[in-house]
Amino acid sequence: MARKTVIPIGPFHPLQEEPEHFTLTVEGERVVDVDMELGYNHRGIEKLAEAKSWQQITFLVARICGICSTSHPIAYCNAVEDLCKVEIPERAKYIRTIVGELERIHSHLLWLGLAGHFLGYNTVWMWAWKWREPVLDIFEALTGNRNHYDMLLPGGVRRDIDEKNIPWIKKEMDEIKKKLDMITKAVLDDPVILSRLKGVGVLPPEEAKNYGAVGPTVRASGVKIDVRKDDPYAAYDKVDWDVITCENGDLLDKVVVRILETFESIKIMEKCLDALKEVKGEIITPIREFPPGEGIGHHEAPRGETFHYVKSDGGAGPIRHKVRAPTYVNLPTCKVTAPGCQIADAVIILAAIDPCYCCTERVGIVRDKKKEWLTQQDLVKLSWEKTERLRSKYAR
Amino acid sequence: MGWKEKILRRSLWVYHLGTGACNNCDIEILDVLTPRHDAERFGIKLVGSVRHADVLLVTGVITRKCLPRVLRVYEQMPEPRVVVAIGACPMEGCVFKGSYNQAGPLDKIVPVSLYIPGCPPKPEAIIAGVAKLMETLK
Repeated sequence: MARKTVIPIGPFHPLQEEPEHFTLTVEGERVVDVDMELGYNHRGIEKLAEAKSWQQITFLVARICGICSTSHPIAYCNAVEDLCKVEIPERAKYIRTIVGELERIHSHLLWLGLAGHFLGYNTVWMWAWKWREPVLDIFEALTGNRNHYDMLLPGGVRRDIDEKNIPWIKKEMDEIKKKLDMITKAVLDDPVILSRLKGVGVLPPEEAKNYGAVGPTVRASGVKIDVRKDDPYAAYDKVDWDVITCENGDLLDKVVVRILETFESIKIMEKCLDALKEVKGEIITPIREFPPGEGIGHHEAPRGETFHYVKSDGGAGPIRHKVRAPTYVNLPTCKVTAPGCQIADAVIILAAIDPCYCCTERVGIVRDKKKEWLTQQDLVKLSWEKTERLRSKYAR
Repeated sequence: MGWKEKILRRSLWVYHLGTGACNNCDIEILDVLTPRHDAERFGIKLVGSVRHADVLLVTGVITRKCLPRVLRVYEQMPEPRVVVAIGACPMEGCVFKGSYNQAGPLDKIVPVSLYIPGCPPKPEAIIAGVAKLMETLK
């Protein structure tokens, strides 16, 4: 029997932007097992949300993740509107859809670039990120920010889309389509890239369902789930579009699904921009009362279903706010896809789910042997004591 | 001025350390290196190991799990070294201020030479900040 070696990746690794620890167990060149450790990015957002008002939380959840910084607000606003039983204005629905789809375009281009970088094909990285810049320009024109758009509030959206911007946005979208066509032909006809991607890191549909994976990860395996279609919100049931699926579930299909989805997003966006010419009126329904109860909301983020739950006692903010991000269920699928591959392929397989660790982070359990039950005040006190201890230990 | 400082002012090699950020500042740092902004014009290069780096770019609130590792990475850096805090998070916590898991701000842990505020700072702001930093090193 061959000797097993353990290769640690991270937490601070040049290929990962975020701190994350992977342990690869290898036999020779072959990966036999993979393990991961979370918690470096945990910022306690659910706890922070309990101390903020309903409106403020929209800006807090936008900062859960920088790439899907409108997915979380959409899901959260859906949850609050579910709690208050409020219908948002028609125009706001279209604007939400436009921002959500723009984000998908920018996120998929970003992932395409990073995937090229992980394969050692830096030209793709430079190309994809260069073509992502016009999308960020559109964001800046529509929302005021390149990232962290802060476009939503419970009840509607904060800014209207100016009519005179629409022709320019459409022109930019046409440009992106042409360039995506070019990159699709250039990259997917490349025999080297094909041999790196085809048949590697296969996720069978049964395993995808067992792990409860969501988004492009599972659509590449041929499972047709998409929140936008299954439980429509915003304007997704008002425009005509298709859910993209592939069959094989290997890395190539994950790339193909994302590229085709980008085209689909551009289609949805163009239809919504056309609809904006007819649909006029208010963009926000002010919500004055937040009744006691519960609300749930979800949104198909670029990586899969984002889920938010809020519980209210009728006060100024929620008494419980729960977030489940797509990477949390997609990440364990590495247990299926990584074993059996070469070490050189491991990095791209781990990155193929488009991981976003800052969405996912959880924290361990606090235990105290002296006391059986810890109240909230105890936990807060323990927490601050530990922080001060660490601060004084490492301060200079 | 010693020979080390003379070398430092020519071409800055940077190492990026995300310590509990929302990913956005990290993306903007990578964005600075891509064709539109192209910081490699100024000799700025992202390196894979902190042992090759002159500048440490820190993003994110320093979470408690990251705190010992930040210090360890800092101590592995060769001198002369410069630390840059990018975004509002390492400065004072941004929206995460008051979180039970935040152990920052960064300047309580390591000496910081440059702050680039913003949530996230635009690539132009990052380039302007680094240009100012290069001025001060002369």
